[in-house]
Amino acid sequence: MERTIYREIKATPHLWETAMVLAAFIAAALGAVIYVEHHGHIVTGMNNHIVWGLPHVFAIFLIVAASGALNVASMASVFDRTLYKPLARLSAVSAMALLIGGLAILVLDLGRPDRIIVAMTTYNLSSIFAWNLLLYIGFLVIIGAYLFTQMAIGIPYDTVRRIGTLAFLWRLALTTGTGSIFGWLVARPGYDAAIMAPLFIAMSFSFGLAVFILVTTALCRLSGRQVGPLLMTKMGRLLMIFAAAVLYFTAVRHLTNLYTAEHAGFEDFTLFSGGIYTWLFWVGQISIGGIIPILMVLHPTFGKTPNATILAAVLVVLGGFAQIYVIVIGGQAYPMELFPGFEVTSSFLDGEIAHYRPRWPELLLGLGGVATALFAIGLGAKVLRILPTTLSDANLSPKD
Amino acid sequence: MTGNNSTTRPKGAEFSRRDFLRSGAAVATATLAPGVTLIAFGGSQAQARADAGKRWGLLIDAGRCDPDCSACVTACSDENGWKDTGHPETDAQWIRKVTLKNKFTGHVSSAPVMCQHCEEPPCVDVCPTGASFKRVDGIVLVDKHTCIGCRYCMMACPFSARSFIHEPVNNQKTHAPRGQGTVESCTLCVHRVDNGGTPACVEACAATGNEAIIFGDLNDPTSDIAKRLAEYPTSSLRPDLALNPGVRYSNL
Repeated sequence: MERTIYREIKATPHLWETAMVLAAFIAAALGAVIYVEHHGHIVTGMNNHIVWGLPHVFAIFLIVAASGALNVASMASVFDRTLYKPLARLSAVSAMALLIGGLAILVLDLGRPDRIIVAMTTYNLSSIFAWNLLLYIGFLVIIGAYLFTQMAIGIPYDTVRRIGTLAFLWRLALTTGTGSIFGWLVARPGYDAAIMAPLFIAMSFSFGLAVFILVTTALCRLSGRQVGPLLMTKMGRLLMIFAAAVLYFTAVRHLTNLYTAEHAGFEDFTLFSGGIYTWLFWVGQISIGGIIPILMVLHPTFGKTPNATILAAVLVVLGGFAQIYVIVIGGQAYPMELFPGFEVTSSFLDGEIAHYRPRWPELLLGLGGVATALFAIGLGAKVLRILPTTLSDANLSPKD
Repeated sequence: MTGNNSTTRPKGAEFSRRDFLRSGAAVATATLAPGVTLIAFGGSQAQARADAGKRWGLLIDAGRCDPDCSACVTACSDENGWKDTGHPETDAQWIRKVTLKNKFTGHVSSAPVMCQHCEEPPCVDVCPTGASFKRVDGIVLVDKHTCIGCRYCMMACPFSARSFIHEPVNNQKTHAPRGQGTVESCTLCVHRVDNGGTPACVEACAATGNEAIIFGDLNDPTSDIAKRLAEYPTSSLRPDLALNPGVRYSNL
């Protein structure tokens, strides 16, 4: 087994070009924020029915992926899989960067982002949202400490393992919190389900690993470093298991709803008659984000190539966005039933499926959050020794 | 919807000795030295003026509500300064008229829907900064200084009673401050109630002769609203959620 040597990535023209493109997206997002803050949210597609829109889809994807990006580090430190140890540092940095990107979107979409200090200093501890803020801050601190113990000289491995275990437990709590933001909304038929927490944990495993695979591939290509095909295939197999777990929890959620007449309307909306939401569910989430990547990785020949893993990761990311769009927007679009047994009409359009058409400031803000996360990962790899000089399969131990 | 005859006092609304002392102290000190005492009590001005012995509420009689009348909506808009700009999805609507057609009998009725001033308000539970709060007299309000505009309360409200201010606002009423980027809803005309008045919607409805909305103290058995609640069957919206709203409906 080769000794793992970590080195900062070099400032090649390709790296600079990538950084400039990401910086342009970040600048565009900031421009969109100023535009929205000046004119009000009226210039977005969001309204009093769809109060959380495209920015929240991006933000929740990044936050969910953040905890999942820590998978590889957890596999190394907690579950002692030697194969993943060289990637543990990058895994930790990716987790922090993705969370920062997601939080940046959430904060910048607030009606009053200037009051962030209020949000940071005034907590209503009966709010799961407030608990999430504490979980986010704790996540950054713990992962920061975890990264430090990995990188500092002379830290006993037991310490790394202990703090890695704490980080793993914390990330489970964090994603439970993210899922509960929806699961604890008792009023809406699209939410109000305890299964949201484990569903979000499964989503985080899947989306986080998919993003991590793509980030690792991109960084190694930008810095001219090797990634072993067996390592990629192993990560592809893991991704397949996580994607299958998402399908499982999704199936249980909808089958449970279908069993109760109370939820028949919402299920009909999601599964059959919901237009864009139904389309995104079956084509985006289930097919592109679930079945196709699973079959691709299982393919006897193509499945054993790194390209299968990379393509599967791209599809899981696309399907993940579709899934969060269906959960966040679809859950709001379906009307709440205030008067069971009545056809309701009103000036507020009660009883109707809510309309939502995202507009460019929302898209720019969302993309800016993604760019922020990727920029931060790149910056991390540029200034810190987190990426090994090689990820060749020579590092695989027999038990992997 | 199940009938919910409110003959017993709502949970947590008993007028205890502690409440009496707190309410008496609030009135006395707010009169003598409001600036000092508000800090001392650690609450907002709105909270300090509330009387813990009361539970303000509305009783809406759908049988008396004229489907073609929107006097309550107009009165609320005039009183509090929010406007219909022809964009129902983004305009603030502190109160709205809903028309209800029974799916089985075809019977049509109507009623206004506004913040239901729940005893267990989900909007208050979920608000990360505590900007959504319930006064001790049951009125649910938004502290405009600490609302960060996250809209989680709008996700949580079962009645779609809250509005986000999507555009810059001008010509605000001094008694009903509004701010772009924050959330707002019916205040039960707290500025009137604290001065012994009744909400604008109630007054306007009475002026039409319909008298479909009654306002009063649910805790006072001698009040008109409490007597009617005791006498006739009434219901609340989403009784399955057990929020014990301060707004009750009859003849839906």
